Amino acid sequence: MNHRVAIVDYGLGNLFSVKHACGHVGLAAEITSDRKEIMGADAVILPGVGAYGDAMDALRRLDLVQPLRDLAGEGRPLVGICLGMQLVMSGSDEFGWHEGLGLVRGQVVRFEHPEEKGRELKVPQVGWNHIRRTGPAWEGTLLDGLSDGVNMYFVHSFHVKPEEDVAVCLSRYGQIEFCSGLRKDGVWAFQFHPERSGAEGLKIYRNLARWLSERKQGIS
Amino acid sequence: MNIRIIPRLDIKGPNLVKGIHFEGLRVLGKPEWFARHYYEQGADELIYMDAVASLYGRNSLLHIVERTSREIFIPLCVGGGLRSVDDIRTVLRAGADKVAINTAAIARPELIREASMAFGSSTIVVSIEASRKADGTYEAYVDYGRQSTGVNAVEWAQRAVELGAGELAVTSIDREGTGKGYDVELTRQIAGLVPVPVIAGGGAGSVEHVRDVVVEGRADAVSMASLLHYNFIRTTDFSRGDFSMEGNLEFARGGRGAVQFLKVKDCSLTDLKKALAVAGVECR
Repeated sequence: MNHRVAIVDYGLGNLFSVKHACGHVGLAAEITSDRKEIMGADAVILPGVGAYGDAMDALRRLDLVQPLRDLAGEGRPLVGICLGMQLVMSGSDEFGWHEGLGLVRGQVVRFEHPEEKGRELKVPQVGWNHIRRTGPAWEGTLLDGLSDGVNMYFVHSFHVKPEEDVAVCLSRYGQIEFCSGLRKDGVWAFQFHPERSGAEGLKIYRNLARWLSERKQGIS
Repeated sequence: MNIRIIPRLDIKGPNLVKGIHFEGLRVLGKPEWFARHYYEQGADELIYMDAVASLYGRNSLLHIVERTSREIFIPLCVGGGLRSVDDIRTVLRAGADKVAINTAAIARPELIREASMAFGSSTIVVSIEASRKADGTYEAYVDYGRQSTGVNAVEWAQRAVELGAGELAVTSIDREGTGKGYDVELTRQIAGLVPVPVIAGGGAGSVEHVRDVVVEGRADAVSMASLLHYNFIRTTDFSRGDFSMEGNLEFARGGRGAVQFLKVKDCSLTDLKKALAVAGVECR
């Protein structure tokens, strides 16, 4: 049976590649900003590119902030991608302080002069970068089947700094090491784009589908 | 940092085409075959450029973009003929991850600001087609390299970034399709000036050219066409499978015609990445 995934549409970003990736692994995904549809879904994906403040404003306008907090509080699957990862944090200092969803304690900060071999790296980071295990094995998680150090596709100027022990993978841009994936209860978040990271990235979507099946079996 | 290798597919109607200095376009085949092949070979992104849209004001690419984005899970940048925020939205809704704008942005630079506000800077690539003038400066061209503008390409690059461009795709018209190597100087001037990534394009004819524009030109990413397209054509049996040959490929297979006049030492994407790694250029 197809699990229903709600891709939260708050006006920014390419939601279609997320939808196509879901479709590829047999998840029935809807792009929606409707609160009922989002709350009724088996899993919620919070994608996004663009500015932090604009994104939070849009979520407030759509009356989605509290529902997303409630959903996470119940331990239901919520996956943040790119800006969506940053939104689950306490807040960001991108162009002034903006409060986030606050599902994970910690801030979002800008890359400060990343350097490699004496050459200043460009910000945003655009391209493929390694993700490395932080400790616990990835087996049985959304990262199941990925090898330590696999490359994923990133586009970002800011990164999260969790103050809780939630990191599942780390990446390095120049001298700066940052958390590129985290998990806290039902909340998963990735700085990279699994839906644009080729066959390896699709494994994350496949694992999501499997996780939802197991959840459903556990509940019924 | 991994340098991105980005095959560029120029598209006219339903076909993949390739010209020299953006002119004399030849049909090479269906863009979907090439896209699929490059995806499987480890392309880091793809660029689709509509070769005629900015002249005729139409968007024939949408169906190709839609099909591609359903089965190819790497970033897809689409350009050619995009004139407004609405045009950009249409292409993004078809499944593009980024758009490249040139002609409309030079005509009305505010489009860059509007588009980056609407979709995020990282979605907006400003494409700069440049030609070297007698005095050594570079001039920006529009309409697929056909129309001069009097705009200094390096100054325009800086302005485009100030307006919100998330990346720049810098193509040398002088080198485009010739296989004589990238314009390293053009790339270096712009890449050294702007804080955002620069994709160098135009002229790749060998692995060494790619290395040069990264090491000396400081490109953050490189795009190429003939170098890879000719290899795919030369090494693929199009008479089998679902390939229905419509292109005029004699020239590319070395039978007779243009390729022999070109300095393209074609190679596969896989071999290109291997050779770059040996030359000290990090790739995925």
